[in-house]
Amino acid sequence: MTKQQISVGRDVKTQVELHGMLLPGTLLMIVFSIVPLFGLLIAFKNFKPAMGFAGIFTSPWNHFSNFKQIFRSSQFAAMMRNTLGINLFGTLISMTVTIAFAMLLNELRGLRFKSAVQTVTYMPHFLSWVVFGGLCINILSPDGGVVNKALLALGLADSPVLFLADPKYFWWVAIFTGLLKDIGWGAILYLAAISGIDPALYEAATIDGAGRLKKMRYITLTGMMPTVMIMLIFAVSGMLNNNFTQIYVFQNVLNMPASQVIDTYVYQIGLQQFQFGIAAAVSLTKSVFALLLMLLANYASKKLTDSTGIF
Amino acid sequence: MVHGKSASERIFNAANVLLMTMLALATLYPFYYAAINSFNSGNAILRGFSAIWPDEPSAASWRTVLSDATVARAFGVSALRTALVTAGSLFITSMFAYAYSRTYLAGKKFYTALGFTCMYFSGGVIPFFLLISWMGMYDTFGVYVIPSLFGGFYNVIIYNANFKALPDSLFESAKLDGASERAIYFRIVLPLSKPVIAALGVFTAVGVWNDFTASLYYTQNPDLQTLQYFILKLIRSYNATEQLASSAMANDAVIANLLNNARGMGEANSKTIELAAMMLSSLPMILVYPFAQKFFVHGMLLGSVKE
Repeated sequence: MTKQQISVGRDVKTQVELHGMLLPGTLLMIVFSIVPLFGLLIAFKNFKPAMGFAGIFTSPWNHFSNFKQIFRSSQFAAMMRNTLGINLFGTLISMTVTIAFAMLLNELRGLRFKSAVQTVTYMPHFLSWVVFGGLCINILSPDGGVVNKALLALGLADSPVLFLADPKYFWWVAIFTGLLKDIGWGAILYLAAISGIDPALYEAATIDGAGRLKKMRYITLTGMMPTVMIMLIFAVSGMLNNNFTQIYVFQNVLNMPASQVIDTYVYQIGLQQFQFGIAAAVSLTKSVFALLLMLLANYASKKLTDSTGIF
Repeated sequence: MVHGKSASERIFNAANVLLMTMLALATLYPFYYAAINSFNSGNAILRGFSAIWPDEPSAASWRTVLSDATVARAFGVSALRTALVTAGSLFITSMFAYAYSRTYLAGKKFYTALGFTCMYFSGGVIPFFLLISWMGMYDTFGVYVIPSLFGGFYNVIIYNANFKALPDSLFESAKLDGASERAIYFRIVLPLSKPVIAALGVFTAVGVWNDFTASLYYTQNPDLQTLQYFILKLIRSYNATEQLASSAMANDAVIANLLNNARGMGEANSKTIELAAMMLSSLPMILVYPFAQKFFVHGMLLGSVKE
């Protein structure tokens, strides 16, 4: 019996079968994920599209001139400011509001009402940014959109606000539509964290005379902290990543000064102007900084809370 | 000590319920707004959107959208792509994950290293674009399907956790009876893993259906556009003229008028058609949503809870 157990699965026939099952996935990973990594070489090269794929290896090195071009670009400062601004304010606002939402949802006493609110607020997460962004554009329209109608009726504005034409509103449009789309979905993780808190803590606090708000502050919020820290690490490492699909839907010529972010810039100079070398240099720089930010955030989180990091 | 709820407790509850109701309404209103205005006539829209009920109820836009050959084609492209990618990636990824989950697999470390490399490092859109053109997939339907046939190593990890949770004795007795790996995968693992397959299937399908970037990056042929990309083009062209019209309105009424005409008059114009197309593209989602919701939440927590 023991002899048989040791040999189970070790025979050639089984191994051939297993590797055969792994083959399609392995090939797809190598072709579509590993091979493109070599394509990043063009960030350091003078690559012309006409050279074809082999040009990635045969084109001449150009001594970081692609990288120098990025920093010299007139769009560089605005692009960094927009990327960081939208992400920084966006993270602060959306994390705070989503945590508050999860806590308030948890305080609802009617279970049926609670699940109805959850069902409704999850929904936008599953719609595409094309549809959800299109809905938001209609609502914010200066031409009789309901938000402008309300602002005018309440006397809060003298003339329709050009939410999508005036660059000064773009960040807030991006941040608040992002929040509205994902608040329900984002709350799921926090609700899972809350449900993991020991009910005995609440009972003990009640006996000690703690009110509802005190319990929310000292038990619920404290109990959520490990999850909050992990989400914060992810947010920091994603600081240079914008949601391309969202920004692209809202972007137009007029709001470009506030809506050009790293990801849309890569698309524009790479796939519209075919300056592949510069575009690849931008993505490569972005990935390197994203990795550094993640390591930094993980380190800081370990130091500050002496427990939770993601690795 | 008085039993029951204190006044402050009741005020808190009432305020909370009110706040949540408002948030739910704020989430639902954009859909309602788009729905009623898709049933509004184009002329009425040019005077401003209706907020509660269509000013001039008309089904013209829906008739246009449903009879339009471009929309039908885009819907077909999206539907075929979603079906092929979902079926293909569920099969290839779960099969990979089953073989990977076997403790007696030789060379497991190679697959782990490969998987994590692919998960954490990406060449980004430019090298991928070059690869696609080099392989002759640029501007073909294949670009929608072939690169997405493997669902990613993250999904392998999720499957792996689920397969490991199946009782060992099942596998042992099957092996002792001389069952092949293929038979174990098809006859034991797949039937017992319906919940995780359903969850990941729903996620994949939603992601593919909603994507417009593949059309934007890798295609030119209008016959290949997906429904989302078709709507995106409508939104962006309308948005551009509308923003120009509003900034011109203040300065020059003649230009504003010209731009307004460019947006179209009549029963159905580009705006009402855009709204109807948006509703149409969300219909499959809205129809499956009540049934799929439990899978969404299940799927969201699958990978996130530390065990």
